[in-house]
Amino acid sequence: MGQKITIEPVTRVEGHGKVTIHLDNEGNIEQTRLHIVEFRGFERFVQGRPYWEMPVLVQRLCGICPVSHHLAAAKALDVIVGAGTGESLTPTGEKMRRLMHYGQIFQSHTLHFFHLASPDLLFGIDADPLKRNVIHIAKVNRDLAVQAVMMRKYGQEVIQATAGKKIHGTGAIPGGINKHLTEEERDFLIKGDDYMNIDKMIEWSLAAVEFFKDFHKKNKEIIDGFVEFPSSYLSLVRKDGALDLYHGVLRAVDAQGKKILHDVDYQEYYKYIDEEVRSWSYMKFPYLKEIGKKTGWYTVGPLARMNTIDFIDTPLAQKEFEAFRAYNHGKPSHKPMHFHWARLIEILHSAEKIKSLLYDPDLMEGELVKKGNKQYEGVGLIEAPRGTLFHHYKIDDNDQIVMANLIVSTTNNNQPMNEAVKHVATKIMTGKKEITEGMMNAVEVAIRAYDPCLSCATHALGQMPLEISLYDHQNQLIDKKIKQ
Amino acid sequence: MSQYVRFTIDKTECMAIKGQYIVEAAKENGIYIPTLCNYPGVKPKGGCRICTVKVNGKLMTSCTTPVAEGMTIENDIPDIRELRKAIVELLFVEGNHFCPACEKSGNCELQALAYRFQVMAPRFPFQFPLRRVDASHPKIIKEQNRCILCKRCIRAIKDEKGRSIFAYRRRSSRVEVVVDSKLGKQLTDELAQKAMDVCPVGSILVKEKGYITPIGQRKYDKMPIGSDIENMQVNKI
Repeated sequence: MGQKITIEPVTRVEGHGKVTIHLDNEGNIEQTRLHIVEFRGFERFVQGRPYWEMPVLVQRLCGICPVSHHLAAAKALDVIVGAGTGESLTPTGEKMRRLMHYGQIFQSHTLHFFHLASPDLLFGIDADPLKRNVIHIAKVNRDLAVQAVMMRKYGQEVIQATAGKKIHGTGAIPGGINKHLTEEERDFLIKGDDYMNIDKMIEWSLAAVEFFKDFHKKNKEIIDGFVEFPSSYLSLVRKDGALDLYHGVLRAVDAQGKKILHDVDYQEYYKYIDEEVRSWSYMKFPYLKEIGKKTGWYTVGPLARMNTIDFIDTPLAQKEFEAFRAYNHGKPSHKPMHFHWARLIEILHSAEKIKSLLYDPDLMEGELVKKGNKQYEGVGLIEAPRGTLFHHYKIDDNDQIVMANLIVSTTNNNQPMNEAVKHVATKIMTGKKEITEGMMNAVEVAIRAYDPCLSCATHALGQMPLEISLYDHQNQLIDKKIKQ
Repeated sequence: MSQYVRFTIDKTECMAIKGQYIVEAAKENGIYIPTLCNYPGVKPKGGCRICTVKVNGKLMTSCTTPVAEGMTIENDIPDIRELRKAIVELLFVEGNHFCPACEKSGNCELQALAYRFQVMAPRFPFQFPLRRVDASHPKIIKEQNRCILCKRCIRAIKDEKGRSIFAYRRRSSRVEVVVDSKLGKQLTDELAQKAMDVCPVGSILVKEKGYITPIGQRKYDKMPIGSDIENMQVNKI
């Protein structure tokens, strides 16, 4: 008898989604789908708004990484106001934005690893859900919980110093930034009390990588054996191949690590990437045009970045990157649980970058904004915590937006997440007629590795519960479990 | 005969020049009476009613009522506070005021009054009117979603011949403030900036200047609206 299992909504991710798993008469996995069931329509309702409003308006897509949307929109508008991209801004403009972005990566990755993912690692995928959460971490490992809270707070303080507010600031404006870093803000971030200083953050970031590596060594089955499937990977890289989370050229590699998108200018991203709409999800499916809809999908995010780049330009993170690459024999890692490893390397990289920027005098003085000849179209890309984020705008003669296209990090990871669900379901649910809590969480663990922001991906309002239903071949509900 | 008159506001003895409007007289005595449609140097209109006070027990708009000898004025009392709060709330639900992305946020008088009167949640139903964004002028955008029809711009922004550059168009519930189609070309950069500053909300926006003031340095980031008057050093009688 064929069956259909539904997991709705998926928990400990940002947003609202559900999973359906169809089983055939023999209990084998026939089809799996991660459905995104929210809709907001930002691309439509920003039309008619003045273009300079975009960085502040569009960041409202998200409360977790609004800085990424803020900066991607600002980068697109840099082109529109004739300021160019990346380093063509003033040194103050570019570096203040970079500082904001590294603060964002630092806090968002910290939130994901410690608050959302670590309970699965520390207590096990099958552990009692009442204990498998961040509150229980605070009970059993107070120091780790304090560290997680303080690291996130530090990242937020960096954002406030550059954007004016911890969430939904206004720092980046078309062509630059609206403020310098004050001496008081700089000193607070360099040598603040109560752990609030950059040296402590670097120390804790290193400790977090060590924590993961130690866990990995003792739990190879969970990290390496959980699930593995081949994928292509896409990210921005600096022109020389270094990790660059703020600006660069577009590179994609195939499952063997061979370049399939050769460091192209992202202003013409639409020549290489398209999006497919499928009837059962509000989230689109991007793909590389040259390869085609069926196999042209790719993965983005921390793991993708570790798989596409050649090196990292900060020494501590470079050392960890070398260890990561060596472990994977110089080839791309196809293990979604390695996302966590990659994320921790990026936390360390961000902390190192924040430190070097805090000692840069350009942040405290210099021209804030640059403008040139106005253009009617601009594209802004950034490596958001969850992966490559695309903002594309067109304006008319009256300075009003006439077209907006947003390809959000999680949207890029749509197919990979569906693949991950399929592989995990095949592994753990084949032949099963009853859903256990552990099985349900295993599917979520796979999705969670991508740190999806479903609200962003559909530009929808976020909620975070999960539901699983089991259907027979006649679509009759035979089992259902809901988690709030 | 003395040119000064004595009166009380909330039982505080005050003194002002005879003929001065109550709102100005109160200000000189360190007492804040909130205003929206009123603007210094522009003939008062008494349109928004937010400056309503009780004069000898009767409701009057303080921006259009001159002080007189022996007046008893009630300003900061519960029923007046409630009236003012209701006016602010009605203005919010009548238009489309989305503060989070508005570039006037932090410099907006309507928003500042909402904070002052602690408008935490809407009591009245939102109207969500369909209004347009008029960006056809090369220097400014007229954001009709936010216009509260206070007429400040019509009264304050004039060309060299004293003609209003802004004007009312249509009537009744469809009325809107627009740039006069014939005089719009007279709007210099200085006048455009003045129009934006005069506008108490985010309805007149100079193009390409949004969000230039960082959060923390905007007009109402540090002190609530009216606190400049309340903290003013005055010679008490």
